[in-house]
Amino acid sequence: MKQATFTLTANEQIAQDIYCMTLTGDASDVTRSGQFVNLSLPGHYLRRPISVADFTPRGVSLLYKVVGEGTAQMASMSPGTQLDLLTGLGNGFSLPDQSRNILLVGGGIGAAPLYHLTKDLIGLHCQVTIVLGFTSWADCFYLKRFQQLGAQVYVSTVKGDVGTKGFVTDAIRAHNIQADYFYACGPMPMLSALCHSLDYSGEVSLEARMGCGFGICMGCSIETRQGPQRVCKEGPVFRKEELIW
Amino acid sequence: MVTTNRLAVELGSVRLQNPIIPASGTFGFGYEMAQVYDIDILGSISIKGTTALPRYGNPLPRIAEAPSGLLNAVGLQNPGVDQVISNELPKLRACFHQPIIANVSGFSIQDYVQTCQKMDAEEQVAILEVNISCPNVHGGGLAFGTSPEQAAAVTRAVKAVTHKPVYLKLSPNVTDIVSIARACVDAGADGLTLINTLMGMRIDPRRRQPVLANTTGGLSGPAILPLAIRMVYQVAQACPVPIIGCGGVSTARDVIEMMMAGATAVQVGAANLRRPMACKEIIEQLPAELDRLKIDHISDIIGAALPKS
Repeated sequence: MKQATFTLTANEQIAQDIYCMTLTGDASDVTRSGQFVNLSLPGHYLRRPISVADFTPRGVSLLYKVVGEGTAQMASMSPGTQLDLLTGLGNGFSLPDQSRNILLVGGGIGAAPLYHLTKDLIGLHCQVTIVLGFTSWADCFYLKRFQQLGAQVYVSTVKGDVGTKGFVTDAIRAHNIQADYFYACGPMPMLSALCHSLDYSGEVSLEARMGCGFGICMGCSIETRQGPQRVCKEGPVFRKEELIW
Repeated sequence: MVTTNRLAVELGSVRLQNPIIPASGTFGFGYEMAQVYDIDILGSISIKGTTALPRYGNPLPRIAEAPSGLLNAVGLQNPGVDQVISNELPKLRACFHQPIIANVSGFSIQDYVQTCQKMDAEEQVAILEVNISCPNVHGGGLAFGTSPEQAAAVTRAVKAVTHKPVYLKLSPNVTDIVSIARACVDAGADGLTLINTLMGMRIDPRRRQPVLANTTGGLSGPAILPLAIRMVYQVAQACPVPIIGCGGVSTARDVIEMMMAGATAVQVGAANLRRPMACKEIIEQLPAELDRLKIDHISDIIGAALPKS
């Protein structure tokens, strides 16, 4: 974990309520896809844990959805704004040691941590299929970005105005997508449905309200087959087999 | 020439190199923070509240934001006293060589007695801090901290089986904290820690439900600092034992205020969650703050604001 001041360089709306914030600063502690930063906002006591969509040692890109006062404040910030971040938090996704056939599943803003993961997997010569679930076309983002990385992209929308009508599990069935391993991030009902319906192993990234974000307050502990685990410290990524649904 | 540490304080017979102590529940068992900074600079550490048996704690969400603070309803998650002694304390011992405060919770007097007895036998444990003020568990904790008779009964029972100084950690969720404090001291308490969190609640307007799964939680952070200072000030006038002041302390100036109100040492809680290096920053700020206020030794100001009798 590192605490550092970052400078906002871009903050653009990319879909309905979805923004991409780019920050430059010392990001040398961000080493794995699926890690998160904990961002201090003026006027709010608790930091905001936000997953890292993309990173280099000199900065991070954060995709976030406006859901409350904190994220609304983030959306109003202009380039040049200085922000206090804790970086390098959480375990991140594990990477396969050989080329494999991988399924990625992102529900809404849950697609964010899969972006850098896709880069990693393509770099390891994995075959990557990604299924992104949204409510409607207005909520869709990053479809082209994932394609440009070399992933096969499928979409589901609840409204049905683009892609398969229904949930990500409907798209997986409709396209008869097969894989050896999966990574997923999104709402709990989606993660639960995936863990139950996919007969191969995988990893999911969880979300929780956090007190500290670095393992000292026990505010985000969940019960797992290994006993209590902190979403912020042992997680946010857990193997399917560790979780109790 | 004899050099004296101007930050040193004495909690009865226990000497601390400075008055700064991370509060229980906001610093884990300490050793994980050793990766963030050298924790040996701290005066002491009040370790995560420990119970006789392992506890998972409350369902999530356990955390909610508040103006100038937060609510927590963790519910005393801990691996139980036997695991704490065999797994956690050795890891802390490897990176921390100052006196430790063992924070103990229970659901019956027998629970408190059993856990305190085990902690009392641990060499590095210097003070037993008996938590009779946790607002987040049912049928325990706070039930002992809201009645002078119950508080005295816990104090007596623990004192009867232990050798180390026993501090009772008191709740602000009472009408008259002085009567509880007096009951503890009359029953043999060597010191007092005050205050624990204040019971509070938030509602999620979209779900039309409480934010916390436990419905209520304990409020901590700068919001409660004035309340904590007032309670320390009242209790310090009524009780002739050392007080560890706790509640919303975030800066060196807050420490000075808490000590002038009558605290001998000060615990820092919520600030650790927001600023991982809060205690380190406060310790580093203290000498300049003492210079500014023309104070030689920090122990000179303990109770400085109390009425002259």
